[in-house]
Amino acid sequence: MSAAPKQSFSDTEITDLCAIAGIMIPASAAYAVPAADDATIMADVVASVGPDFDAVCDALGELSGLAGGSFAALDSARRSLVAARFLNGDSAPLAILARVILQCYYRDDRVIRSLGLEPRPPFPLGHSLEQGDWSLLEPVRARAKMWRDAP
Amino acid sequence: MSATLPSNDIVDVVIIGSGASGAAVAWSLAETKMKILCLEQGDWIQSKEFPSNGRDWEARRYTDFNISPNYRGRDTDYPVNDDNSLMKVANFNGVGGSTILYTAHFPRMHPSDFHVRTLDGVAADWPVDYATLEPYFAENDRMMGVAGLAGDPAYPPHEPPMPPVPLGKTGTRYAKAMNKLGWHWWPSDVSIATTDYEGRAKCINLGHCTPGCAQGAKASTDITYWPLALRAGVELRTRCRVREVTTNGADMVTGVNYYDADGVERFQPAEVVILACNGVGTPRLLLNSASPAFPDGLANSSGLVGKNLMLHPWPQVFGYVDERVDGDRAPITVMWSKEFYETDPARDFVRGYTLQFGRGTGPANEAITSAAAGRLPWGAEHHRVYRELLYKRVQIGVACEDLPEEHNCVTLDPVLTDSHGIPAPRIDYTIGDNTRRMMEHGIARAEQILRAAGATNLSASRTILNSPGHLLGTARMGTDPATSVVNEWGRCHDLKNLFIVDGSIWVTSGGVNPTSTIQALALYIADTIKKRLATLFD
Repeated sequence: MSAAPKQSFSDTEITDLCAIAGIMIPASAAYAVPAADDATIMADVVASVGPDFDAVCDALGELSGLAGGSFAALDSARRSLVAARFLNGDSAPLAILARVILQCYYRDDRVIRSLGLEPRPPFPLGHSLEQGDWSLLEPVRARAKMWRDAP
Repeated sequence: MSATLPSNDIVDVVIIGSGASGAAVAWSLAETKMKILCLEQGDWIQSKEFPSNGRDWEARRYTDFNISPNYRGRDTDYPVNDDNSLMKVANFNGVGGSTILYTAHFPRMHPSDFHVRTLDGVAADWPVDYATLEPYFAENDRMMGVAGLAGDPAYPPHEPPMPPVPLGKTGTRYAKAMNKLGWHWWPSDVSIATTDYEGRAKCINLGHCTPGCAQGAKASTDITYWPLALRAGVELRTRCRVREVTTNGADMVTGVNYYDADGVERFQPAEVVILACNGVGTPRLLLNSASPAFPDGLANSSGLVGKNLMLHPWPQVFGYVDERVDGDRAPITVMWSKEFYETDPARDFVRGYTLQFGRGTGPANEAITSAAAGRLPWGAEHHRVYRELLYKRVQIGVACEDLPEEHNCVTLDPVLTDSHGIPAPRIDYTIGDNTRRMMEHGIARAEQILRAAGATNLSASRTILNSPGHLLGTARMGTDPATSVVNEWGRCHDLKNLFIVDGSIWVTSGGVNPTSTIQALALYIADTIKKRLATLFD
């Protein structure tokens, strides 16, 4: 009988995920935004990882491989070195890990407000769109026909 | 085999697939009062399911509304082995088919596109032309609800039923750049309601048109053709996946074997079978219908079923301006340029391309794509750089005509199957030399335009995972049975009651999004069937 597929992150994976996320996107007082390891954002990441779970686990495996164990347990200097090496990689799991963190970070209410945007879905309010300057079409209207006729 | 399966009552016409072409042909044939049944492997999609209803609207384009069936992985999807292709397959399986998951950019083919051999000495001419299809283009524009502006010097005159999508800040910037360069531009025809139209509420700029429109302003056939077809008596059965088309062993098909919503395999007898599964689904079904009488697959006496796959390489060129423009807060496409559409002997390629002007992207996707490209750093600089990018992106797509080449093909994968155990399609595809030269020309012109629009920090993606991958050409039409699969009105040369109405019958690809022409062609074929009903099988 084969083992049941893994369904949730281990404590070590969660700790490492938070540690690398905080390095990827640190907090900024200047922009009034939290770091990506903020508890609300991390909860969103864990809850919404869905079909990307395996890839994120693979990425965290790469990270712990570079760290020689728990990434979060490294001292600060060593952690910075390992993080730089990890984030300079170009593996598919890393790209998915980055996407999962970014898609949760850039829908957090505090982050969205700091960007001057409203924290809401597009529907049902939508957005306004100016018509623009249709007089710009005048020189194009004056052009001769461009299509080639059928022989 | 069909004799051993539970059999339904016979119908006059069974249509496989409810997307762009299947819906159009069902609606058109309904007036004949024939008993018409459509089998669709997917579900009805409710507007409340679309991503723009929720805060995770950007994330879902990577999961359950991904344009690739392989990433999307719904149980109504079938996998496609596209490992041997730089471009990936884009489709959607559900009522409305890929019109659920398209940008709604709605250009027609040009008159010259139907005469590429005569005009430019490449590929083959179509057995139909623009003039023949013109009334069907117009009818389809009314049915789908197209917004645009009459008077484009790049096209024969036509009048879209609704006014164009606003230029906005982004479009105005592009327009000034194009006028500075002296190049053609025009507001795009789009199948988006810019006014309330036939029960559809007008566009309120949700953006994110591609993964479904929660407002219902974007035309998908589940809300355009299908309500009318159903009211006229057509039956549509969802979650019905066709395994094979059956024959009498000679020159007639007898129906289809399919798995119903409960997974029970059934035989559906029919007087006429119409395939509307597009350029991968249709050859897959024909090849899966091999039998002792048709060992190479159905309708394949020419050997061309699955061959000549065309995917429309579509480089994206983008840059950043110094102010926030429209971003994702409007329909993604704003205008087109046909400046480089027709063949110019001075260039090192024949045929041409459309430049498709896009508005930008949303907060999460800007971060994701810019981080992947190395524009957006990690660490302390992340926030400052991100704010230089957000809503400042301008981008142009280069819609290149892809010429037919037999080695670009759809076959059956020897291992991969769908959830019913039906062999999955495999595609083998490379970009041809003519197209590569065209791509580079288009990228250079797009960069010129973006610079004229004040953009800096330019980048070009030659092939991208989310490139459209239009699926065309794998059961081409023609008058000669030795060099084509269907005749000039969509009937298979080999089988007198088997028709194909989707993008697989295209002879060449043009340099435009295909939905408008796919649907016009389907309406034309349906009209021809209606005119020939008394002698349809002669």
